[in-house]
Amino acid sequence: MNAVKRTRRQGLSESQFGYLMVFPALLCIGLIALYPVVQTFWLSLHRLRLQFPDMTKFVGLQNYITIFGDDRFINATINTVEFTIVSVALELVFGLCIAMLMNKEYKGRGLMRAAALVPWAIPTTVSAMMWKFIYNDQLGVLNDILVRLHIIPEYKAWLGSEVTAMGAAIVADVWKTTPFMALLLLAGLQVIPRELYEAATVDGASAWRQFITITLPLLRPTILVALIFRTLDAFRVFDLVYVLTGGGPGNSTETLSVYAYKTLFRNMDFGMGSALSVIIFVFIFIISLIYIRILSSGSSAE
Amino acid sequence: MKKNRVNISGILFYILVIAVMLIILFPFIWQILTSIKSERELWSIPPIWIPKKINLDYYYSVFIKRPFLTYIKNSFIVASSTTVFSVLVASFASYALARLHFKGKNIILSLVLAVSMFPGIAIVSPLYIFMMNVHLLNTYIGLIIPYTTFTLPLAIWNLTTFFREIPFELEESARVDGATYMQTFMRIIFPLAAPGVFTTAILSFISAWNEFLFALVFNTKDMMRTVPVAIAMFPGEHELPWGDMAAASVVVTIPLIIIVLIFQRRIISGLTAGAIKG
Repeated sequence: MNAVKRTRRQGLSESQFGYLMVFPALLCIGLIALYPVVQTFWLSLHRLRLQFPDMTKFVGLQNYITIFGDDRFINATINTVEFTIVSVALELVFGLCIAMLMNKEYKGRGLMRAAALVPWAIPTTVSAMMWKFIYNDQLGVLNDILVRLHIIPEYKAWLGSEVTAMGAAIVADVWKTTPFMALLLLAGLQVIPRELYEAATVDGASAWRQFITITLPLLRPTILVALIFRTLDAFRVFDLVYVLTGGGPGNSTETLSVYAYKTLFRNMDFGMGSALSVIIFVFIFIISLIYIRILSSGSSAE
Repeated sequence: MKKNRVNISGILFYILVIAVMLIILFPFIWQILTSIKSERELWSIPPIWIPKKINLDYYYSVFIKRPFLTYIKNSFIVASSTTVFSVLVASFASYALARLHFKGKNIILSLVLAVSMFPGIAIVSPLYIFMMNVHLLNTYIGLIIPYTTFTLPLAIWNLTTFFREIPFELEESARVDGATYMQTFMRIIFPLAAPGVFTTAILSFISAWNEFLFALVFNTKDMMRTVPVAIAMFPGEHELPWGDMAAASVVVTIPLIIIVLIFQRRIISGLTAGAIKG
């Protein structure tokens, strides 16, 4: 009430009131998101181990030089890129299929949509634990199913082998996030006018042809937005890998975020860890710029 | 239209739908089955799919032998406080962004969108040092502050969409009657946007409830852990407590499933609003 009176007395103009209203949000974002990024960069220019704060020393770009010559960093970058590209591509394909299933009218459609929200809603650590048990070499149901179907001859340690661990992590991620992708794409499908399909059917266009000439082009902006969200999410993947494999076996699933986390909080090496964080930030920034470029070039061409 | 016409493609279609639903739900169904097995059934090779009788030992173990209720309480306090702060701060900002004229609105919206893309790992080191220096490690506030900030972008985008849909005449007539901007906002716009506010609250709650990195790093004391971290920490030194983990996941997932079933329409519209219009 006090605020109301003051507003009236001082007679705030519309724009003054506007700035007043956005101020708390900008304050939060500025203090807790933007300023810390600058701080991370500043930390990354130091040799700084949290156990020995007195030995902190400014070293310029030394941490970055060390990182770029480090095989573990190259390995983590390759893992992250592989994880991102494969899982996002699979999510897009499956997501599009599921979205089209949900876009049809049939009994039980609501149930299908609710089911799709379940993987999205549960914490990633919980879904990672579920999959860890499914993949278990002795007790896991995946081995049981595959052996019963005679697809594999004997039980495998899916998460224990450098060959299969990354694939296993990707499957778990695809399971968790495809439904979200499908819901985003479904929203895009629903705004495509039905008449377009009716007209195409009258003209004798096959279902596949309708998909290529109507659905895909009109869905392009939605697909791009969904891809942005998912690519950036996949690129910073942390909880899933942390719980499922911890980056192992032998760093074969270690992503950049997991590497940065271990450097920061296992080794307590805040200089090096911050440098890794800054690199992740820069990668994310570049990916966003590329997507924004593609998005804006698409809309100006129309 | 095509009622009663049972044809092969219709049956195939349903088989496909059911197959997709099974794949989506299978890990969860398996987790429920695991959680009610007996010790012997759980450790049998090959796995026994359906337990002979329902066994609640693992639930007992989760709640009595482990402080799981404390973890739930921690998560609940952190997530609900985050929701309140986030919705409050976001609705102020969204009202201004949706309905008032002032310079720099687009810049602010782009900034907000940019922050939603921020990787948590990029700021965790200075925030950790900050929280350590002001003694906010292992506290609720230490999590509520970053959570509020990182739920703001989605909340602001959502609420801005909702606030835009309210007719402008209502506001104008209130202004003509001598109401201040604050009064118009509190008495007219905010109540009318209630469904949008509610949707935003659900989304903020779920995202705060599920957060992992900050919770893992800031709250390391066992009694201050949130549910996602607690579950990730279940594996001890020795054999993995699969039964406990299954029971705990079921306990955490069921309330979320109920929320999702009740509010699915709202959640879906909230999740997709930004993507389609933005």
